[in-house]
Amino acid sequence: MEKKRILWRGELTTQRSLSIRGLFCLSSGISWLMFFLMLPGLLFVAVSFATRGDHGELVWQFSLESYERLMGFSLFGWTPDYLLILWRSVEVAFITTLIAVLLSYPLSFFIASRPAKSRYMWLTLVIVPFWTNMVIRTYAWFYLLSPDLPLAKLACALGFIPEGTPLYPNVFAVYLGMVTVFLPFVVLPLYSSVERLDWSLVEAAQDLYSSRMRVFMQAILPQTAPGLAVGIILTFVPAMATFVVPDLLGGAKYMLVGNLIQQQFGASRDWPFGAAVSLGLMILTMISLQIYSRKGKEIEIV
Amino acid sequence: MNTNKEKNLTIQNVVKTFGKVEVLKTVNQVVKAGEFFTLLGPSGCGKTTLLRIIAGLEIPTTGSIILGTDDITSLPATKRHVNMVFQSYALFPHLTIYENIAFGLRSRKINADEIKRRVAEGLEMLRLESLQDRMPDQLSGGQKQRVSLARALVNEPDILLLDEPMSALDAKLRSQVQEDLRRLQRKLGTTFIMVTHDQDEALVCSDRIAVMNGGVIVQCGTPEEVYDYPCNKFVAEFLGAANMLKAKRVEGGVETELGFFCLEKMPEWSEGLVTIRPEWIKIRESRPERNGVLATVDDVVYRGTNFDLFLSPGNLRVRTSANKNFRVGDTIWLELTAGDLVALGD
Amino acid sequence: MRKTHPVVKGLALLTVWFLYLPLLGVAVCSFNTAKDGWVWKGFTFDWYVKLFDNDWILNAAWNTLVLGLVSTVIATVIGTVLAVGINRFPWGRKTNSFLNTMLNIPVVIPDIVMAGSLVVVFGILREVSSIFDMGMVDMIIGHVTFQIAFVALVVRSRLTLIGQDVEEAARDLFASNWYLMRKVMLPLMMPGIVAGAMLAFTLSLDDFVISFFLSGPDSQTLPLYIYASVRRGVTPQIHALSTLVVLVTVVLVVGAQFLSKKEEA
Repeated sequence: MEKKRILWRGELTTQRSLSIRGLFCLSSGISWLMFFLMLPGLLFVAVSFATRGDHGELVWQFSLESYERLMGFSLFGWTPDYLLILWRSVEVAFITTLIAVLLSYPLSFFIASRPAKSRYMWLTLVIVPFWTNMVIRTYAWFYLLSPDLPLAKLACALGFIPEGTPLYPNVFAVYLGMVTVFLPFVVLPLYSSVERLDWSLVEAAQDLYSSRMRVFMQAILPQTAPGLAVGIILTFVPAMATFVVPDLLGGAKYMLVGNLIQQQFGASRDWPFGAAVSLGLMILTMISLQIYSRKGKEIEIV
Repeated sequence: MNTNKEKNLTIQNVVKTFGKVEVLKTVNQVVKAGEFFTLLGPSGCGKTTLLRIIAGLEIPTTGSIILGTDDITSLPATKRHVNMVFQSYALFPHLTIYENIAFGLRSRKINADEIKRRVAEGLEMLRLESLQDRMPDQLSGGQKQRVSLARALVNEPDILLLDEPMSALDAKLRSQVQEDLRRLQRKLGTTFIMVTHDQDEALVCSDRIAVMNGGVIVQCGTPEEVYDYPCNKFVAEFLGAANMLKAKRVEGGVETELGFFCLEKMPEWSEGLVTIRPEWIKIRESRPERNGVLATVDDVVYRGTNFDLFLSPGNLRVRTSANKNFRVGDTIWLELTAGDLVALGD
Repeated sequence: MRKTHPVVKGLALLTVWFLYLPLLGVAVCSFNTAKDGWVWKGFTFDWYVKLFDNDWILNAAWNTLVLGLVSTVIATVIGTVLAVGINRFPWGRKTNSFLNTMLNIPVVIPDIVMAGSLVVVFGILREVSSIFDMGMVDMIIGHVTFQIAFVALVVRSRLTLIGQDVEEAARDLFASNWYLMRKVMLPLMMPGIVAGAMLAFTLSLDDFVISFFLSGPDSQTLPLYIYASVRRGVTPQIHALSTLVVLVTVVLVVGAQFLSKKEEA
């Protein structure tokens, strides 16, 4: 470390003193994150290779059993159950993200086209659900899907459900819940891109191409790609991991990886397996983050 | 008032490197007490770094800054009687105009009556009395600039530093502000050091201009000196339009593609460039006695106060007053008088 | 201003309805006299009044408040200092990218993974001290862990917005360290700090998963209570409670928005 005196923003100091003060400022936050985020993460990896004792306690004995189970190997031969749960989570997350993106484009364009004052109000209308408790937003669907209301009656008339039963739990309800829960996660970042859209390019494209589809693909999509990428990641990753929505709206049979993890830390008390499934989920998360990091934009959450 | 007005600023062998980049390569310069001194150069020439070194916001890698007889090289900004007008003005957005101007006095714990008196003086000097209770974001660019000036000047600094003070103003306002600034400096007698990349600004305001390029001061002199007798091609072109002629030294003058010209001051090189400003080339009815060129008009550009003629051979640019009517294709005689032709160094 | 195609406008309005219809449904039900079932029987405030007679709910509300406030205070202090440390010192490129990663991990990591790993850590720490028994302490630590990053991100973007010119101008005008901090930096950072704190509190109120994994018998919070009740069957009382929680969220979010946008304009 240099002892030489430097001026840092008008203050005479040394590199050394500046580094010490900087590290002091960083120390509490970084050690907290190290101790309660990074360390648990590493421990988690270790636990996934440990063994579950007979009463759910942790036995520090190296084993690949948890991963073998996750891959479907057990005493009774190979079953794809757990892999199917992982796959189903990816599928649900993908479809949820897709629908949310399709709904987000009109909404962000609509908000961007409002006059400055009411634009702020419309934006707040999207921000509020973003921060509203997920349990409340999920169970709120119970009412709209209840037997006496049009949605359930329609489903009943079409013969999907027996009369007098609500339109949940089922796959349809899961998607309804997922899309409403995650929609704001796409709209907000997408809107920040739409707001900065260079309309002259869109107009040029309108002159060049007659089809709306081509205008969208050539002029709008490339310009909104950064916001879209952030939105997709903010949706896809937590959607994959969600357990509240499938738990409340999907019922016991519709299991996603979040529910599987929750079981291991709850009723089953099998930490090694829970850790292994979580790491599987983390790997899926990392893969999808790759798409995002290629777009290389800072996440603006607030 | 201020007793330190007689202090010259001496910049001695100042070198500044950031990492491996040498931003300033040995700068030596004296700024005389009470003068309006301008550092002029393109972006990246090191002029802002030099200003920040004088302000006490950077320490030079080697070399020293001497104010009067005191070496202030390693004094931080807090301890220097030097104040700065920032390019962004850097007004404190949470303080009123009054509080902004009083900031420097308050942080030095000057007594309340004195603060009141000096701030009132500053407000009056820059015509800001009616704005004193406003917040910075309620002001126009020109007003912000005046607040920034007042905020620095109420501290009665030995030197006032101005970092591109006009860059945030629109073009219309600029020339007015340039004259105001010059008048203010004359009235106060405080040393002003200004950084700019705009040659008009430098010419209008300054007592002396130092033209910088590539981390060194290329030429320093009065506006007339640097404009009329640029020392090299860079200075000649940076300060305005200039005709460049490749030349070889011969007995009594130079030989160029346009023929032989006599010079008043003979160059030291045997091959190099001579220059002449477009407005100094004279248009003659007939062949002049010496330094004449017969040229054809290729293009005429109307510029309001004058015409610019572009002529061949040599792609000469000639600036002429508006009352003469020239057409493309006309053939005219030009005189490049010996006193106006300047031989450039490297 | 650009005009939008009627189809775009229609879809947008439908989407907003889609976001709010469930919540509005819950709000409507909270005023319904019907005890169970979904049919409208008449208007009443009773369910709101009865909330205050229910010890479970009052206890859960108290726990939520304690959890939110304590974790927010801790996270705001640590997060603000962290943001200053990141923004105000000349770190090299490597340090900066490390710090960025540290801040972004809690934002992108699935909450259930974070919750699971904390269960394991506290399970082990519990052997050392009973402080780490399932309950409030664990929950506070869990909440602070994800709140720090959000506070730091908000305050850091505020610091970036303030920029270095103002700081140098204050130095140029003879400000000492203390004077600079007190008269310039703190007042300018304050909107960011308050906005960060409000978002941290909102996050705490918003969280379900981490509390669900770490809570003990005495540390029921409102989201946990709602979740447990909903699984048994919804009551108008739960609707009333949820409506109140949503209202508090609205106030916090609008307040934080107001503070963070105010000085950018």
